[in-house]
Amino acid sequence: MGTGWPPVLVQEMCFLPQKIRFILIQNRAGKTRLAKWYMQFDDDEKQKLIEEVHAVVTVRDAKHTNFVEFRNFKIIYRRYAGLYFCICVDVTDNNLAYLEAIHNFVEVLNEYFHNVCELDLVFNFYKVYTVVDEMFLAGEIRETSQTKVLKQLLMLQSLE
Amino acid sequence: MPAVSKGDGMRGLAVFISDIRNCKSKEAEIKRINKELANIRSKFKGDKALDGYSKKKYVCKLLFIFLLGHDIDFGHMEAVNLLSSNRYTEKQIGYLFISVLVNSNSELIRLINNGIKNDLASRNPTFMNLALHCIANVGSREMAEAFTADIPKILVAGDTMDSVKQSAALCLLRLNRTSPDLVPMGEWTSRVVHLLNDQHLGVVTAATSLITTLAQKNPEEFKTSVSLAVSRLSRIVTSASTDLQDYTYYFVPAPWLSVKLLRLLQCYPPPEEGAVRGRLTECLETILNKAQEPPKSKKVQHSNAKNAVLFEAISLIIHHDSEPNLLVRACNQLGQFLQHRETNLRYLALESMCTLASSEFSHEAVKTHIETVINALKTERDVSVRQRAVDLLYAMCDRSNAQQIVAEMLNYLETADYSIREEIVLKVAILAEKYAVDYTWYVDTILNLIRIAGDYVSEEVWYRVIQIVINRDDVQGYSAKTVFEALQAPACHENLVKVGGYILGEFGNLIAGDPRSSPLIQFNLLHSKFHLCSVPTRALLLSTYIKFVNLFPEIKATIQDVLRSDSQLRNADVELQQRAVEYLRLSCIASTDILATVLEEMPPFPERESSILTKLKKKKGPGKVPDMEETKKERNSDMNGSTEPVSVNSSAVTMSTPSTSTDLLGLGLAPVLNSVAPASAGGSLLVDVFSDNSPAVASLAHTAEENFSSPRIGSADVVSDDPAAAVHDADELVNKFVCKNNGVLFENQLMQIGLKSEFRQNLGRMYIFYGNKTSTQFLSFSTAVICQDALKTQLNIQTKQVDPAVDGGAQVQQILNIECVSDFMEAPILNIQFRYGGALQNMSVKLPVTLNKFFQPTEMTSQDFFQRWKQLSIPQQEVQKIFKAKHPMDTEVTKAKIIGFGVALLDMVDPNPSNFTGAGVIHTKNIQVGCLLRLEPNTQAQMYRLTLRTSRETVSQRLCELLSEQF
Repeated sequence: MGTGWPPVLVQEMCFLPQKIRFILIQNRAGKTRLAKWYMQFDDDEKQKLIEEVHAVVTVRDAKHTNFVEFRNFKIIYRRYAGLYFCICVDVTDNNLAYLEAIHNFVEVLNEYFHNVCELDLVFNFYKVYTVVDEMFLAGEIRETSQTKVLKQLLMLQSLE
Repeated sequence: MPAVSKGDGMRGLAVFISDIRNCKSKEAEIKRINKELANIRSKFKGDKALDGYSKKKYVCKLLFIFLLGHDIDFGHMEAVNLLSSNRYTEKQIGYLFISVLVNSNSELIRLINNGIKNDLASRNPTFMNLALHCIANVGSREMAEAFTADIPKILVAGDTMDSVKQSAALCLLRLNRTSPDLVPMGEWTSRVVHLLNDQHLGVVTAATSLITTLAQKNPEEFKTSVSLAVSRLSRIVTSASTDLQDYTYYFVPAPWLSVKLLRLLQCYPPPEEGAVRGRLTECLETILNKAQEPPKSKKVQHSNAKNAVLFEAISLIIHHDSEPNLLVRACNQLGQFLQHRETNLRYLALESMCTLASSEFSHEAVKTHIETVINALKTERDVSVRQRAVDLLYAMCDRSNAQQIVAEMLNYLETADYSIREEIVLKVAILAEKYAVDYTWYVDTILNLIRIAGDYVSEEVWYRVIQIVINRDDVQGYSAKTVFEALQAPACHENLVKVGGYILGEFGNLIAGDPRSSPLIQFNLLHSKFHLCSVPTRALLLSTYIKFVNLFPEIKATIQDVLRSDSQLRNADVELQQRAVEYLRLSCIASTDILATVLEEMPPFPERESSILTKLKKKKGPGKVPDMEETKKERNSDMNGSTEPVSVNSSAVTMSTPSTSTDLLGLGLAPVLNSVAPASAGGSLLVDVFSDNSPAVASLAHTAEENFSSPRIGSADVVSDDPAAAVHDADELVNKFVCKNNGVLFENQLMQIGLKSEFRQNLGRMYIFYGNKTSTQFLSFSTAVICQDALKTQLNIQTKQVDPAVDGGAQVQQILNIECVSDFMEAPILNIQFRYGGALQNMSVKLPVTLNKFFQPTEMTSQDFFQRWKQLSIPQQEVQKIFKAKHPMDTEVTKAKIIGFGVALLDMVDPNPSNFTGAGVIHTKNIQVGCLLRLEPNTQAQMYRLTLRTSRETVSQRLCELLSEQF
């Protein structure tokens, strides 16, 4: 890259001041349905993170918290049917705010895809990225109003 | 509402995805993919120009294949072509491909930037958003260079659409994170701050993130954001639940924006202006009041959103730490959550209370919840919740409840999850030491720790108990008695044998009067454990035995028999064999007086920060351990006196963690000889030479302590007639002086060599002090500085001979004038010869003249730095090394070392504040070599990555070698 510095190693990711490091949607079997990275990782490192998150999250049950320490961060996650929605943030970040950000996101997906199911995410993967970018950008929460997001998505849909 | 049918728009894509899903095996999938790749390749290569739709479809298929985990090595150009399409869907796929598969292909970057530039200028908000999202997602330096001028303009322009403003704000935030040097705010500052007043709450949401990040770096410039944030927050929290319409989430008005505003306020102290402060207090009270109101909905979303704001408000209250009323209210609120049925809330309450415990205003209020927290420790199902309970108990501990908390933790330890045992052990050890009213309780607690969780008791813990026992004579007799009793157990943990061996070796005499613990019984007891122990423990026990020879002459013969046995004298382990041989010999030839001197009781350890605390901090990472010393603000001034860990200067911290050496007694081969030094006049020989209290000098007074970390410096082979064998090739000696100029270079039982040196440009002067530690004159004393091989032409060293006679106890000085002609790798060798008591002594040491001594620091701006960094991009110019930290990773120590290395430490150059960057010029007579360095610590992995760029390969290499040994 010509950034001057060598590419970022996965173990360095703790040093950059940033909120969301990545968003992952996985099913119980560990298949990734969405991976949105807010830092640069090489492909092997991404794969490693995906596997680690899966291992950490799927062993927990409903009586556990929705938060789990992960390396130097924490994963805030919520399970919807067979899908785990996970957000990786700094340990000092507000757990409940991200927990509800997940739910807000899921409600938008549900509205947009009319009762969203796992297959919608598979066949429309390129649209899911658009939904994510409307609601989260640069590792920050961009827009929280479901009405506004859906209006924008509807408008984009009409351009097809 | 919009409906999206499966794969509408691109039928071919949907078919392909279905095919893949129907594949029965991995092989079938790969076959299908290869078929598709061949098809796409031929379409892209074909003569027929593809229409936009087909191009989009194929690029999208490639993206899908990539996301399945396969490599994609073509299609980039087609993706870039899509950027220039006028259709949204085609552009979107093009941008998406680029964002996901960003590549270092610089030619493409130029084309991509071109596409972005056109879209930014298009005035079409949809296209502008796509372009901004791409920049925010990729965030490369090239993009920063190309667009930092445009984005702030878009952000503050009056006619920009709201949604574009949102994207622009976060895009700028991303560029500021990756390339802060390229994003000059200045002129935009006040207009960006005023976005907090924007009518559109989405814009405020995005802008608040941007402002928070900028304010963290530059609080002064963004100070005006405080009052704007307070008034915005106030409008939100006082609004009726329907006022904010789109931004109301399950009856909670704008929860995420509220959280962000409360975060922004945590960048600042409480507002100075009375009105603003009053308004903020009202807000916080309102939030606390709302927590007590009946919920407007039974949905968990409602309570989560409400509590997200509440917890953030509590964070701010704790951050301000100035309103006792609010702090106590916050504590009471959290107290209610401690018993809530939601596990999430119990967890968060425990976590949040932990910080409240460190405030002097709420510490007492937190303590009232002790029973609930202890109960949580016993009943919570989720280990992470129990972990928080342990943290909170630790944080709320003080003199009044220490015994109870330590007892509960010990109790819990018996059944605790393996994953958190070590941490609990550390915490118990720290609390027991810190709040020990009487030290018998402390000793009992630590022995209990070893009994319950011996495997998790790290070296730091048992080192510490020994330090304390050595330093406090009121507890020595009790300790000896207690360890003696504990050792009676048929099966005891090896750590107990270590502590027992050490303590009885020092203080066994205090209980020897009791016939039940007579010298012979003590010895037999220890020796009964000997064969079950590991080598390091056996080595320690051998040292105990030789100490017994001194303490109890009556069992000398028994011990000599043991030392003399084949299993010792011919032990396969070199260390054990050597100890047995030397101890046996020592016991045979030394007179009682000499034995008494050599095997004297250990001198007290210097007071310093508990190494356990250091370890705990390391374990949890900085900031996660509430530092009770600092934060409790002297409230506990009545806490115990002399062994209170004292704050230490940074140079001492680097030594505070003993290395893996278990040679605690300082009685290994070298220390036996060495330990004469502190007892004799040797310790004070050179003290006058050094004005600074460098660790090397300090260590003279505590040779035994030094033996923790470097037991072998100055070992017995120093005095030898064979000069080749005697060279202290140990680069350790040289490494010790890389970042400093003064100190003790070498010491054995005869002499001590001290150094003081100064360097300017390519010249240096070194003062060498030779101290005669004996009472006998050295005769024919002569020295020579030898530059071998290539070094002859690279360094010029001139000196005068010193006086051939050095009186007993005297010191002579020699001056070296050094000129660096060109860069060099090796160190010169100092050879010393003299006659002592008729025997010719000959020794050699490496002189710490290293390349970095000829540095001149260079200050430069971050822009200059990056420019030069880029100029040095040929592979040979860069040397990089990744290595494990050898010392605690302390920022201040690291800084001091880098400065000591000779370069200028450049602040604010690296976008990541944890990294260090430096610049300097190596001066030699022939050339000057500019040097840039970057050091990236990774506290989690305990690793560093060091990168050096200079115009000369050999220089990069040598400097990297030298510096990487320092951390």
